Amino acid sequence: MLAEIKVTPEIVAEHGLTPEEYARIEKILGREPNFTELGIFTVMWSEHCSYKSSRVHLRRLPTKGPQVLQGPGENAGVVDVGDGIAAVFKMESHNHPSYVEPFQGAATGVGGILRDVFTMGARPVAVLDSLRFGAITSANGEAPDVIARNRRLVDGVVRGIAFYGNCFGVPTVGGEVEFEPGYAGNPLVNVLALGIAPKDQLFFARARGEGNPVIYVGAKTGRDGIHGASLLASAEFTEESQRKRPNVQVGDPFLEKLLLEACLEAMATGAIVGIQDMGAAGLTSSSCEMASRGGVGIEIELDRVPQRETGMTAYEMMLSESQERMLLVADRGREAEVLGVFRKWGLDAVEIGRVTSDGMLRVLQHGQIAAEIPADALAEQAPVYQRQIAPPKALPSRETLFRLGPSGADLTANFRKLLAAPAIASKRWIFEQYDHMVRTNTTVVPGAADAAVVRLKGTHRALALATDGKGRWCSLDPRVGAMHAVAEAARNVAAVGARPSAATNCLNFGNPEKPEVMWQFSEAVDGMAEACRALSIPITGGNVSFYNDTLGKSIDPTPIVGVLGVLEKADAALTMAFRNEGDAIVLLDGRGPLASAAKQHAGSAEHEALREFSSSEYARTVAGVVGGVPPAIDLAAESRLIEALVALAAEGILSSAHDASDGGIAVALAECGFASNGLAAEARWQSEEPDELALFAETGARAIVSLPRASLARLLTLAAKYGIAALEIGSVTRGQFQLTHNGATIVRDDSAALGKIWSGAIERAILGEQASK
Amino acid sequence: MKIGVVVFPGSNCDHDALYAATEVLHQHAAFIWHQSQDLSGFDAVILPGGFSYGDYLRTGAIARFSPVMNAIARFARSGGLVLGICNGFQILCEAGLLPGALMRNQGLRFICRHVHLRVETTATPFTSAGRTGQVLRLPIAHAEGNYFCDAATLADLKARDQIVFRYCAPDGSIDPAANPNGSLDSIAGICNRERNILGMMPHPERAVEAALGSTDGLIVFRSLVQSLARQPAAAVS
Repeated sequence: MLAEIKVTPEIVAEHGLTPEEYARIEKILGREPNFTELGIFTVMWSEHCSYKSSRVHLRRLPTKGPQVLQGPGENAGVVDVGDGIAAVFKMESHNHPSYVEPFQGAATGVGGILRDVFTMGARPVAVLDSLRFGAITSANGEAPDVIARNRRLVDGVVRGIAFYGNCFGVPTVGGEVEFEPGYAGNPLVNVLALGIAPKDQLFFARARGEGNPVIYVGAKTGRDGIHGASLLASAEFTEESQRKRPNVQVGDPFLEKLLLEACLEAMATGAIVGIQDMGAAGLTSSSCEMASRGGVGIEIELDRVPQRETGMTAYEMMLSESQERMLLVADRGREAEVLGVFRKWGLDAVEIGRVTSDGMLRVLQHGQIAAEIPADALAEQAPVYQRQIAPPKALPSRETLFRLGPSGADLTANFRKLLAAPAIASKRWIFEQYDHMVRTNTTVVPGAADAAVVRLKGTHRALALATDGKGRWCSLDPRVGAMHAVAEAARNVAAVGARPSAATNCLNFGNPEKPEVMWQFSEAVDGMAEACRALSIPITGGNVSFYNDTLGKSIDPTPIVGVLGVLEKADAALTMAFRNEGDAIVLLDGRGPLASAAKQHAGSAEHEALREFSSSEYARTVAGVVGGVPPAIDLAAESRLIEALVALAAEGILSSAHDASDGGIAVALAECGFASNGLAAEARWQSEEPDELALFAETGARAIVSLPRASLARLLTLAAKYGIAALEIGSVTRGQFQLTHNGATIVRDDSAALGKIWSGAIERAILGEQASK
Repeated sequence: MKIGVVVFPGSNCDHDALYAATEVLHQHAAFIWHQSQDLSGFDAVILPGGFSYGDYLRTGAIARFSPVMNAIARFARSGGLVLGICNGFQILCEAGLLPGALMRNQGLRFICRHVHLRVETTATPFTSAGRTGQVLRLPIAHAEGNYFCDAATLADLKARDQIVFRYCAPDGSIDPAANPNGSLDSIAGICNRERNILGMMPHPERAVEAALGSTDGLIVFRSLVQSLARQPAAAVS
């Protein structure tokens, strides 16, 4: 073995390994590991790479279905979407790097997930991002320096995503962003990528064939990102976090675009046996995972690896997270074909090793063995922890309740405040920085509907995608909050007329060594599992991001779900904009016609409704109240509404559809107008609820649709067939937005004026202008 | 009739341009690798949008040295039609085939959204099927679309009717508020003196089907196809 740094207990501790983990390593090797081997074990057994705290819980997620071609365990999930096409998709987080260096952290987050998709042979066709930041306005009393930092983070992250996605040439077609104080020290950057490939031309990350060449392609290896996985993604932030800057990887989207084209071209030669991108823990993870999955070994010679720095040690090279690199295995004898393709595209491509049959990852440098470890030990035998679970002591905020105002009062001023809240306001400022049209497949652009729609050229179909996750609700009740995340993403997909097919997820939580965090995680997984089963949406893969803590405080538990749906007829996609003056506006409710009546019969039910309302955006924005409980969730109702929406879209009778979520029916009605050309909702209805709840409650399983009056009868028939309620609440008019409840006008304003507030709020907040401008 | 779509390392609207030419306009079209110097058989060449060479140094600054650009200069000199879209326009300016330069957007950010353009002249093979004053709705997607040239060049462009598209309000009026990137005189597209090379920042290939939200881009492609159909096949070197 090479003479190098001696492994001491201090060094083991510095690497973040526990004494037990170290003992396990010694047992596996039958000797002490050397420094390079210690580094290799550290990254592969880090939380980020090994999922050691989450594995026992993730097993409870439903992952199977007739449409699932590949579930969790590969680079991405794969779903059969018809016409011989496979959809390859997954979501990943890049949270910690984005706090330290927002631009590059977000950019490389995009780069990483794109590689996970195209390494399977699928050309990326869409990206969505789910972002979480702290407050960007002073509306809730945050300190000015915190707000300023949050604005810089938003700006850096958005520019980073735009930088990478736009240059690479994939449209960023959707996503969502929330602003909650708990994320101020821990922004979340979750990125979903979708690619498509003929379903019989997929590639997997499995090495095979003794003697087959192992080929390195792409960018040169440098020292960037070393310990990005183990130190950044698997540890909390402290005051010294800025020192972690060298651990943030640096991205080159141009190189990745070349890599994409070269990989697809090389795959078409038929000479590639297995391929994996070099992501977290770069050379280490790609080689040991491919070997382990294939039941073989891999031997590589580091001297052959293209390097852009001199004097790198084996440790550095094995742990480097330099971006835009892939490792592939080719058929012996066909190397020249493969290498030729990469050279054509101007990329480094070098045979650095071979497949062996001894199951070992063997790393040579300068003619000597630098590391020698059973591949399985690294990829499959990381410890699996049953972390302690304990619910938190009662959350005091649960008892904080919203105080209702007098009934019949005009709430227009409050409504304007709500529309200006960053959580509710238009995200136009963000998505106009993303090229969302490149590749000419985007038939429903960001902001036009509840989900993005990407057509499949050569067929009549399209795919729909939506992401959702509500940290605030999960903090109050992680199980119910997680169920809502699944239900809302699925409802969003159904609102454009697509049938939800499968899902991916990103589970963002605090420090798993804290029992209450593990309790939140376990509850969220259970909620997600129950909702996915009820809605028949298997999870095909995803990501867990733990250690989202700063100075000892964890983020709100934030499970984020990305749902993929299939639209049989691409041109039947529904959008939210009103179309015709005079159209009827109808509220659909999955709970059925007797739901609202049943709810209001007892005083306790009223109290419960108030508790639920206390967790709403209105409560927070207008009264600074974050408390109560999330709205009760009724998965059967959600399921009925989803079926109804898919059927209604196919029927072709609707002018528009928009689910009611943040800000309730009132915001949904307003948004349908803002998306249109000067049209607005004039709604009047009766109910037994207080005005605020009727307008702003965020009860699930509801949607607002509009349609010509001549089709109302048909709508009502279909609603009855699917067991949902359909209540006509108004008409589409021009100019004036008006909501009348129980005979009193609660909100009335010029729709264009409201639209201006809503449309410009985020830009004003980021650029620091006064909210009144 | 055959249309070529040049592919530089980093081009990413090449597939979109080819799709428009073949699937929508039903023409023969093929990719031209940036190292090729052989444009024989092509009647028109498109330099598509994207980030050729990653926009290293300056957008289009490196692509202009690609071998294919020599062939394109010869092709244009002998009358072949050349359409530069977005990055293609930037490359044509860097290569000196069109005057002026594309600078960073005034707002310093990338902008992707639909804008309105006014057709300023139909005396080009790219706008002959349109009407002077016609308002088109096309998408832009760029961070460096701010067209600039010196006063003498601008005067020349105006005198010779070389300004082909200007950003405008939906009613066709030229309004600074309707200019998304601060470009000089709201210029969105220009042609050369011989009128066979057009550079435009908006993306006509993204507006050729109703499903994409606008079919106004068809004006450019239809004009191109009709102009070629009227000419004898261009003699190319």
